[in-house]
Amino acid sequence: MTFIAKPRVELPNEPVNAIGLRLRDYEGVGSTLCAGCGHDSITAAIIQAFWELSLRPERVIKLSGIGCSSKTPAYFISGAHGFNSVHGRMPSVATGALAANRDLVCIGVSGDGDSLSIGFGQFGHAVRRNLNMLYIIENNGVYGLTKGQFSASADPGSKAKRGEVNQMQCIDAAETAIALGGAFAARSFSGDREQLVPLIKAGISHPGCAVLDVVSPCVTFNDHEGSTKSYAYTREHYAPAVQTDYIPRAEQITAEYEEGQTLPVTMHDGSTLLLRKVDAEYDPTDRSAVLRYLEAHRSRGEVVTGLLFINEDLPEMHEIAGTRQGALTALPFETLNPGSAALAELQRRMR
Amino acid sequence: MPATQSRINDFVIKIATVNGTGSASANGLLMKALFRMGIPVTGKNLFPSNIQGLPTWYEVRANRDGYISRSGRVDVMVAMNAQTYERDMREVTPGGFLIYDSTWPRRAVEVREDITVLGVPLAAMCNERFKASRVRILMKNIAYVGVLSALMGIDRSILQALLEETFATKPKLVESNLEAIDIGYQYALENFTCPLPVRAQTMGDNAGKILIDGNAAAALGCLYAGATVGAWYPITPSTSLMDAFKGYCQQFRRDPENGRNNYCIVQAEDELAAAGIVLGASWCGARAFTPTSGPGISLMSEFIGFAYYAEIPSVFFDVQRVGPSTGMPTRTQQCDILLCAYASHGDTRHPLLLPSDPAECFEMAVHAFDMAERLQTPIFVLSDLDVGMNDWMIPELAWDDSYRPDRGKVLGPADLDELEKFYRYLDRDGDGIPYRTYPGEDARGAYFVRGSGHNRFGGYTEDGEEYRDVLDRLLVKWDTARGLVPEPVLQAAAEKTSVGLIAFGSSDGAVTEALDELAEEGIDVDYLRIRGFPFNSEVQAFLDGHETVFVVEQNRDAQMRSLLLMETQACSTKLIPILHYNGMPIPSDCVVQGVASNLGNRKKEAAA
Repeated sequence: MTFIAKPRVELPNEPVNAIGLRLRDYEGVGSTLCAGCGHDSITAAIIQAFWELSLRPERVIKLSGIGCSSKTPAYFISGAHGFNSVHGRMPSVATGALAANRDLVCIGVSGDGDSLSIGFGQFGHAVRRNLNMLYIIENNGVYGLTKGQFSASADPGSKAKRGEVNQMQCIDAAETAIALGGAFAARSFSGDREQLVPLIKAGISHPGCAVLDVVSPCVTFNDHEGSTKSYAYTREHYAPAVQTDYIPRAEQITAEYEEGQTLPVTMHDGSTLLLRKVDAEYDPTDRSAVLRYLEAHRSRGEVVTGLLFINEDLPEMHEIAGTRQGALTALPFETLNPGSAALAELQRRMR
Repeated sequence: MPATQSRINDFVIKIATVNGTGSASANGLLMKALFRMGIPVTGKNLFPSNIQGLPTWYEVRANRDGYISRSGRVDVMVAMNAQTYERDMREVTPGGFLIYDSTWPRRAVEVREDITVLGVPLAAMCNERFKASRVRILMKNIAYVGVLSALMGIDRSILQALLEETFATKPKLVESNLEAIDIGYQYALENFTCPLPVRAQTMGDNAGKILIDGNAAAALGCLYAGATVGAWYPITPSTSLMDAFKGYCQQFRRDPENGRNNYCIVQAEDELAAAGIVLGASWCGARAFTPTSGPGISLMSEFIGFAYYAEIPSVFFDVQRVGPSTGMPTRTQQCDILLCAYASHGDTRHPLLLPSDPAECFEMAVHAFDMAERLQTPIFVLSDLDVGMNDWMIPELAWDDSYRPDRGKVLGPADLDELEKFYRYLDRDGDGIPYRTYPGEDARGAYFVRGSGHNRFGGYTEDGEEYRDVLDRLLVKWDTARGLVPEPVLQAAAEKTSVGLIAFGSSDGAVTEALDELAEEGIDVDYLRIRGFPFNSEVQAFLDGHETVFVVEQNRDAQMRSLLLMETQACSTKLIPILHYNGMPIPSDCVVQGVASNLGNRKKEAAA
């Protein structure tokens, strides 16, 4: 992760968002990933989404584990505090951060190795806890930094660059999140910015753990003939089930939509998701139907994308715990400390 | 009847029962009654790693002189468990007494002529009086308290008062418990010569003292220090620390208006995650901690190294138990000294705090948070099962209301106004401690936390000089830590001596008692109780000032001795280990023998 400062070029008439910030105010340092890496496209989508959401950079925390994907938080929102943790342990750090300050907007960026192998346990428990964060898995099916070993998301039959064929089953991040009782599971493709940006926004608005599995081809180790995570394969087998429009709070829903074909979901922060069904049969609120649908398409080698499942009413970690509204870090010491009189009183029962 | 010395307010009662039969409340009652008679008492729980059915023991030592260590003798054994009857009988000190439930005959292969055996048909009497089978089992245990009350002069009115306080809202339970006490009490009065020569006598009321275990005291320390985030994975013997913290939070940390929690406790999926949660919370500006034991520290080591290098304040309580591996989870040891001092790969060193009793668990918990935030590094409070889970009599805990937490070097928006640019790892003050900012406050304070190589500005680096610059600065910080750990406690011998002894933590009681005994035999020993690591100059001065220094510790490999050899200028030949590591709290005999035999051998060598 070499540190490259980006040159700041002032451009006149650059558009600003609702809080007066330019798109470049959401950028980070320059990427050192390979040219054409899917992860860089995801970074660009994150920058776009956060800019459009007009979030103050200092309200955001960005966390990651270890791996190519986990380098990317350095490449967006330099005004946000970042935490590049240890391999597979980003979710626990995010849990602690949000335990301390629930007002923060949390984005975690992980990879298939980071979340589906070494960090499978922490991934599962972030979902179970319904931690209020956007959890992006930049999924390329290989370990890039160690030169191309299969990861747990490699499909059976997928061929490595050196010719080896994967014979083990694939762990599907989105399906796993749904099976674990997750409240928000989506899949997208780094090459589909139009789909990705609203999904990122939806994940940020969602009051719980929003898992976004993004197929993100590794141009160096997994973009060849025989790979099922290549640009070519993904485009060919791309099967959007729902398209998502993100409509911020206080904005009128102007588009007309056909009853039954489009499902509006009102989020707790007042925004609305319009889920336009590509497949009329698809119901993103019916867990068992979604799993059946995903399995059927997976067996045909199709990559189903979109907001696959949503239940915006599942309580998140603090609701379950009954924590106060607002950050615990905002509480003055005087509120936290019961004082000497209380200690004396308490000890009367210890004799 | 065998000859018994009169032992007033100086005895050990050991009670053998079956795990899960409610004997804890009977034993607590007995202990508190002795306490309220003004006699110094300690209670040690020797329990199995089991929920129900295995043998368990509780030892109460009452000692008018205030000695609190495990003494090794048993003056009165209450053998309620048929399974361990023979073994329990063997343990009674000559001249002692064995009380057993004579409802069923007990056949012992061995017959002891040197003790007095007293049979009481406890089960039979309780079965006659109480109907429900669970009640019968519970009351049988309360009944032996009645027997002891008559035999040992334990004030019955105090027992009654205690029951009335415990069951203030359930008068029916007071009634049945008192009935059970009377069953035992009357039987003893009618059948035995009461009281025994081994007995209690009121000597005050222990005003200003309390009974508490170290885990509860540490939890109170966390509460008073203002900790808001606790993360943990259940593990014996640290679980009761978080249980206690949760209880205190429910009592003191609920918003009076809406009932919401001014705290957040997360039961993590494992210890790795518990450590990650602590780091995440501390990074965001909360005081956060995790209680665990040795196996948990092994798992947390990855994050501990991260916190050291990325400089994140964090507090770890290691309530030590017997290792290696799973070891004996319900037995005590001081076996994680080296593990914690150097936890994680690469060059790492961590401050340790070493409480010797619950009072210090309370104080050091508060101190640990101040130190962690001042130094921006992981701090370990190393207690053990003996301190953490046993019942100790200590002076009432006091709190200074003028205390305010030391949050360390934190820059807010107003401070950032004064700075041209903020750099996370810059040592501006020469003490090795940089400044930090909290997420959520100001974009100008944003920085990137990373466990990978970084330079003093917080940027990623693979430049060897930049990397070394930060690593060397951490050593400057280590020196600053020397001035922040609690100072050792010196107890000088009455006469000037060249013999010294170093101990720490739960060995203190045994050492204090042993040194009094040795002094009576004319052996003078200066005692330094270490309370923290890194060692400061007083430790070095003590080592320099004595020709022989015994190092008393509860592990096989003399870990503290190794640490002293690595971290001071001490010479290895002068440091003599005295080791105890069978999982039981260290008794004073072990120290007496360790010192006396070594010094005796030397005299012999000198004479030869």
